[in-house]
Amino acid sequence: MTADNTITVKFFARLREELDTASLTVDAEPELTAGKLLQSLAARGGSWTQLAGAQPVMIAVNQVMTKPDKVLQPGDEVAFFPPVTGG
Amino acid sequence: MIRVQHQDFDPAEEYRALRDSGSGTGAIATFTGLVRDSGDLKGVTGLFLEHYPGMTEQVVEGLVRDASDRWDVREARVIHRVGNLALGEQIVFVGVCSAHRGDAFAACEYIMDALKTSAPFWKKEITGDSEHWVEQKSADLDRTQSWK
Repeated sequence: MTADNTITVKFFARLREELDTASLTVDAEPELTAGKLLQSLAARGGSWTQLAGAQPVMIAVNQVMTKPDKVLQPGDEVAFFPPVTGG
Repeated sequence: MIRVQHQDFDPAEEYRALRDSGSGTGAIATFTGLVRDSGDLKGVTGLFLEHYPGMTEQVVEGLVRDASDRWDVREARVIHRVGNLALGEQIVFVGVCSAHRGDAFAACEYIMDALKTSAPFWKKEITGDSEHWVEQKSADLDRTQSWK
């Protein structure tokens, strides 16, 4: 498996802290969407279940906000994070 | 000009840069946001600010482009700090120069409102004995929506 066949997943803010994970990589499977990836991470159990919980999780693919039905490609960078609160 | 940085900034320097930025400027509007003592929590002593490097800059550049499409914007400067900030410290600066005050005020306010609801920054409030990631406010979403 080369890096070209993987997807990088990043977490920020409350999610980064509560999952104790800033980034990880997953295999790029055909037809994998951002939403399916989120569900599969939630299935890890423990604090990961919050990814499928009541609190909204925002999704960016390659640093552009997107919807859960976005199909992921090898090499993509996916980010999951809480609603933004800057300014 | 967009900067995301740990270090403080000098609004007077930014103002001078806007003033020197070119001909046709008749108005400069600036906004500076500070760390205040009460947000979601009371007795806030500081904030921790996180961002998504790369995406943040792209989003803010897009907001400045949107503002420039809508109003006369000769130059805009946006600075946002990240990391640990103490009570009273400066967090964010938005400055816009334009031919006329209406465009300068509107573009400055739009960039600030839209930044709060779309740029990937997150604030954590810190008090003497607790920490709390700030929740997004419906009032902020309403303000951004009002520019549509």
